[in-house]
Amino acid sequence: MAGGKTVAEKILSAHSGNDVYAGDICFCEIDRMMAHDANGPMAVQAFRNMGGKKVCDPRKIFFIMDHACPAPYERAANLQKMLRDFAAEQGIAFYEAGEGVCHQLMIERGHAHAGELILGTDSHTCTYGAVGAFATGVGATDMGASMLTGRNWFKVPETIKVVLKGALMPGCSAKDIILTVIGRIGAAGANYKSVEFYGEYLDRCPLADRMTIANMVVEMGGKCGFLCFSGMEPKADPDAVYAAEWEINLEEVVPCVAKPHMVDNYAPVTEVEGTKIDVAFLGSCTNGRIEDLRIAARMLKGRHVAPGVRLIVTPASREVMLLAMREGIAEELMQAGAIFFTQGCGVCVGTHGGVPADGEVALSTANRNFKGRMGNSKAFIYLASPETVAASVLTGVITDPRQLGGVNERESNQIR
Amino acid sequence: MRGKVIKYGDNVSTDAIIAGKYTKTLKVQDLADHAMEDLDPDFHEKVKTRRIIAAGTYFGCGSSREQAPTALKAAGIECILAKEFARIFYRNAINVGLCVAQCDTSRIGEEDEIEFSPGDRCVKNHTTKEEIPVAKMPEIMVDILAAGGVVPYYRSRQE
Amino acid sequence: MGMGKTFAEKILSRKAGREVRAGDIVVVSPDYCISHENSASICTTFSSLTDRVWDPSKIVITLDHTVPAPAPEYANGHAVIRRFAKEQGLCHFYDLNCHGGICHQIICQEGYSAPGRLIVGADSHTCTAGALGAFATGIGRSEMASVWACGEIWLKVPETIRVYVTGRLKPGVCAKDFILYLAGLLGAGGAGYKCLEFDGPGIGRMTVADRMTLCNMGIEMDAKAAVCRPDEKTEKYLQEAGASDYTAIWADEDAVYKRTLEIDLADIVPAVAKPSRVDNYAPAREVQGEEIDQAFIGACTNGRIEDLRAAAAVLAGRQVAVRTIIMPASCKVLEQALAEGLIQTFVAAGCTVMPPGCGPCVGASGGVLGDGECCISTSNRNFVGRMGSRRSRVYLASPITVAASALEGEISCWESEEQNGTEDF
Repeated sequence: MAGGKTVAEKILSAHSGNDVYAGDICFCEIDRMMAHDANGPMAVQAFRNMGGKKVCDPRKIFFIMDHACPAPYERAANLQKMLRDFAAEQGIAFYEAGEGVCHQLMIERGHAHAGELILGTDSHTCTYGAVGAFATGVGATDMGASMLTGRNWFKVPETIKVVLKGALMPGCSAKDIILTVIGRIGAAGANYKSVEFYGEYLDRCPLADRMTIANMVVEMGGKCGFLCFSGMEPKADPDAVYAAEWEINLEEVVPCVAKPHMVDNYAPVTEVEGTKIDVAFLGSCTNGRIEDLRIAARMLKGRHVAPGVRLIVTPASREVMLLAMREGIAEELMQAGAIFFTQGCGVCVGTHGGVPADGEVALSTANRNFKGRMGNSKAFIYLASPETVAASVLTGVITDPRQLGGVNERESNQIR
Repeated sequence: MRGKVIKYGDNVSTDAIIAGKYTKTLKVQDLADHAMEDLDPDFHEKVKTRRIIAAGTYFGCGSSREQAPTALKAAGIECILAKEFARIFYRNAINVGLCVAQCDTSRIGEEDEIEFSPGDRCVKNHTTKEEIPVAKMPEIMVDILAAGGVVPYYRSRQE
Repeated sequence: MGMGKTFAEKILSRKAGREVRAGDIVVVSPDYCISHENSASICTTFSSLTDRVWDPSKIVITLDHTVPAPAPEYANGHAVIRRFAKEQGLCHFYDLNCHGGICHQIICQEGYSAPGRLIVGADSHTCTAGALGAFATGIGRSEMASVWACGEIWLKVPETIRVYVTGRLKPGVCAKDFILYLAGLLGAGGAGYKCLEFDGPGIGRMTVADRMTLCNMGIEMDAKAAVCRPDEKTEKYLQEAGASDYTAIWADEDAVYKRTLEIDLADIVPAVAKPSRVDNYAPAREVQGEEIDQAFIGACTNGRIEDLRAAAAVLAGRQVAVRTIIMPASCKVLEQALAEGLIQTFVAAGCTVMPPGCGPCVGASGGVLGDGECCISTSNRNFVGRMGSRRSRVYLASPITVAASALEGEISCWESEEQNGTEDF
């Protein structure tokens, strides 16, 4: 077989030195590797168990402390120390607690580029598809083997093509797009597959919004995703073969949520309006960027979180926090009653920093709403956009952000 | 291997298999102790006599945490059959030497007697006297499983 | 005999409505009761006694030990308190969206503590509120449940140690250095069952924040209460805090003390309490170069705006060498620090700013220490295991010394740099 290639086929071909197509197994040279404090320690253990002494190339590896930061208990502290010591011994770049969420840092600090093959010990590694990297999550043992040899084997994924047509309506955002896509395709709809997104929207929207979409590719099972804006390289060939093609009309996308306890449990926000919330979370690798905080600040400025609702904000990185302070956003959100938690993943993964109580309802801008995800299996998690979260904390119930009008419009929506 | 089945439904997530709060450890026994804690309080009782999980679609969806298959294996699970696995969990399971097979589990019942080994083309259900075809596994995965996981596999290739 | 009375004797006489002396037992009604997450457990005991609190306007509850909740058990505890506060109509409950903070900071900052008031709290550091001239003491949970129920508590009138403070602190030296020195002098049990009365021009020169640092650590010498003589600084602070309707009270000139100490602040140098006792005093210079893994600036001891300003002055434009956690004592402090640009300074210097609360100091949420790790902290306790692993070590120090050490990755004296500059010429 020799024909057009998808983006995934092109990148894996380039990295394996062979022309490979969906279904092929290939061995590839890996450009970058990322491990965090939750799964990194097991990777180091696997590396040692394999007889590893020196990593293949320390310049390719990044250790980022973000899952349990600052350490909420001794075991986490000890495992972070193990990674810190290993990084120092091997010359691996080490990002301390508080620097930010790994995926944000990998892109923000320029560790992920178009056309690269990147592995991370985190399922949301697919976020780097926002800049055109083939990036995928692996387990700790795979990471250990990759750190040792610099290579790994891959099954070339089939690709699903998603075309985003037109422009978003006011009050809607990238989060609503990806929740809508997942609602249609299903939580396992892209299992093992690569997802290529197309559409003019991707040229208009900021990197932040492309990251939001790429981030959630794994929530439909995707191995990797590519946000194919016009400048992205490599491009898929016109005659590339796709497993499926979907078209989403952005004008029909509405503010929406994923209801408990599955990410494809889609509902337009109008359907769940009035649901009482106890805790709201603005942040995570999905929606913790300055663009997300700006929208929330614009909506909350001069107002106050409703009685009985806790709003927790975690900027995605130190840089985002600094910007939020420079722009006065942090102050506006705090005055509105928000609690700022350390830059990192704690709240989203339920490690600490805002675990809900039994029976409580959380409205979150993160990417997962499985039972127990935020640390309590007796809580209920709704996923939504920053716009919907901001509108809802003001009323204490899930609220359609379009009701606030004007303040909730992102720049990327404005050209229609 | 041959054994009895513990049956689960669809979409068993990595958060259900091992909650994030329990993952910060390198001791597999700690992981085993909290396996399936929220999903099935009787899991540890069941696993004393039953070593095979038969589940629905999208088993292991969610996180890339390798602690999930590690926890199940350490708790005593030897094989997981599911209609479909989430990608990362599937790969992790093989990497830690936990046998996984994709097949139609809808006709496998709680406590059925099952026989299956890596490389087999079908799962034998001794209770219902049925043979259920299994999706073909790439050779490299069969080799890794046969070696007992990617660490011993890698070591054997070094030698 | 006509002998004068100490502060403790006078205030408890007034509250009891009869003349009492050290050693007497009084039954008194507190002006305010304070508790935090342990309110959940107090609620349980309380409900076995009765179903209505004696006065919902006198109960102050904050959430500070585990915020935002790090685990479902804590979240469920918060939920119990939330429900209780609603049911009982408590008007002073500081939930997470109510701009609260550490209970001892709130009790001062929000005008609950004032001269002549009696405050009991279900936390040992309740003595902090004595900085404003109140008699404030920590009690246990069951006792708090009974106070909630009947509005009364029995107290033994304590003997008093008078600490008369003169002179001025040198640049780079903080109130914390003074109180660490005093703890070393008196010993960890040196003020057992007693009241510490701080007085003299040295105290008069200190800010209210500094006085809170002193009184806060009274309990570390096992004091029942610690108090500073109220003055115009106290008045100004209380005006801002919105406190009114109080009558100041102070010891008589001829009061009888168990012991009197006189300390000249000019003799105080940057200090630490070495692991793992608060009275393991050493001048910071003596332990200079000791490697650290973490630095912590915050807690009810040193999490106020004045402390953050002092630390920010050291950290401005520089980069920390070890992980450094900043935890303002309250949302108000955090918001002010943000307005003054201090938080920007910390974040740019590589520090991790955590939401207001107790955090690493109690080892319950962020910043727990691993095996063999060493932390320098502005908090008040350095017992084995206090901040995490039993094999970790904690040095207590001032915000300036902690900030200077964070920059170097080892214990360092900021004062030495400045002083070399002046002494040489």
